[in-house]
Amino acid sequence: MSDSHLTRRGILGTGVALTALRGTGALAKEPAAGESPPVAPEGTMIDVGLTVNGSYRQLALDPRVSLLDALRDHLGLTGTKKGCDHGQCGACTVLVDGVRRNSCLNLAVACSDREIVTIEGLGSEEALHPMQAAFVVHDGFQCGYCTPGQICSAVGMLSEIERGMPSAATADLAARAMPVAEAEIRERMSGNICRCAAYPNIVAAILDAAGKTTG
Amino acid sequence: MKAFTYERVADAAAALQAVARPGAKFLAGGTNLLDLMKVDVEMPSHLVDISRLPMAQVEEIDGGGLRIGATVTNSDLAADRRVRKRYPMLSRALLNGASGQLRNQATTAGNLLQRTRCYYFYDTAKPCNKRSPGSGCSALNGYNRIHAVLGASDACIAVHPSDMAVAMVALDAEVEVLSADGNGRSIKLRDFHRLPDTTPQVETALEPGELITAVLLPPAPAGGQVYRKVRDRASYDFALVSVAALVDLDGDRISTARLALGGVAHKPWRPVDAEQQLVGKPAVAEAYQAAGTAAVAGARGYGHNDFKIGLAARTVAAALEEAAQQAGPRKG
Repeated sequence: MSDSHLTRRGILGTGVALTALRGTGALAKEPAAGESPPVAPEGTMIDVGLTVNGSYRQLALDPRVSLLDALRDHLGLTGTKKGCDHGQCGACTVLVDGVRRNSCLNLAVACSDREIVTIEGLGSEEALHPMQAAFVVHDGFQCGYCTPGQICSAVGMLSEIERGMPSAATADLAARAMPVAEAEIRERMSGNICRCAAYPNIVAAILDAAGKTTG
Repeated sequence: MKAFTYERVADAAAALQAVARPGAKFLAGGTNLLDLMKVDVEMPSHLVDISRLPMAQVEEIDGGGLRIGATVTNSDLAADRRVRKRYPMLSRALLNGASGQLRNQATTAGNLLQRTRCYYFYDTAKPCNKRSPGSGCSALNGYNRIHAVLGASDACIAVHPSDMAVAMVALDAEVEVLSADGNGRSIKLRDFHRLPDTTPQVETALEPGELITAVLLPPAPAGGQVYRKVRDRASYDFALVSVAALVDLDGDRISTARLALGGVAHKPWRPVDAEQQLVGKPAVAEAYQAAGTAAVAGARGYGHNDFKIGLAARTVAAALEEAAQQAGPRKG
């Protein structure tokens, strides 16, 4: 159990009760059809199971806890950054079932049983993910605060291109193959703000990681 | 954020039962609801998670239309090949809204039900008749650059922020709803959102406890389709003005015209008079400009947003011209 849990226990002063509440599992199971299952009373911690970077993790969380706070404060994965906490900056971007999302705008409890990949799960210090390596090569950052979100977003974004999903920059909506081009990347990455304005190098890094040396 | 209880339901019947609890709200994508809960503008005491209900399909319906499930994400809807081919203005509208991450999460029904981005609505330290009925409108004499020029009232000059809904109104979409008693009904999307009048807190025609299950698109009329959005940033920004336009030609004359405007009113604005005056007219710039003027008939600025009236008229004209070019000259 992490320090944050111990802290929460201390605040609540009901360590035994909390332990007892864990494992009741009312919401861990899929509810039956046609009826609304019993609802845990307000203030109850809810069992949440998440697969994070390949490992299944079980947590007991207040339903208000965002996926972002669950990752950072309850699992100690501080690579995912909190910028605006309102879905405007993209610093908290992670992959949920392979799709990029703002972790600040997801309740952790609503992500139960989903597969989450954070910056810590993309690569390791010894073996960087190609997108991480490209950001290093192209100097795709300055202060680095937005970088984990930029990289997770870029990985998800290239997957969207591979799957033929169009963007506002796509000239031909009928086309099956989407181009990996500078204008496309700039449009598709607009949900990730970089206040150091490293945008030209971020675009270069993404083009490189996608196997393109020019737009 | 205020404390709430949470449950995830297995089907629509359970969802209706669950949302009957006092203070309950549905949670689907949550991109707007959770955002508003963080600033105590939305304070549900119970959340009913419907995000895993089997409502994420886009299906063909008899007669050539599409039925879009309530939880189809904005990304999936924009990328659907049938939408791209038959309703390109809808794909364009979706792709011009929000960011990639948000589109991956935001749902079709949630997009319709999103609240205004009026900054006074978000600021709980300020009067706002929508958030706190009877407290007054801070925008009326405030910084109202992003606000409405059509259909507003002294109680509220907020605009509906959706791009998707603008295209859907132009396409004559209907909202399929399940009522609390389990019976279904449908509401024309153009009648779904309300003008503010004296009750801006009542935003839609939904009754308490109702669940949106789908949006129905009839077959699109033939013709060129355009969605043109004007905003302060080139990407990831709400519309100052947006226009969905459909034009078909018979020879060198206009045979069909559809128009809807975003960013100008409390609801997607469908200027039927402007559409009707185009039919039978020569497909020339003067006709489009006249339609643009007609589309903003009765518009009123509130100071900082006066520019929107002329901008809307010009954007209508430009979108019509582009749609007519796409329709191309046809043999009459």
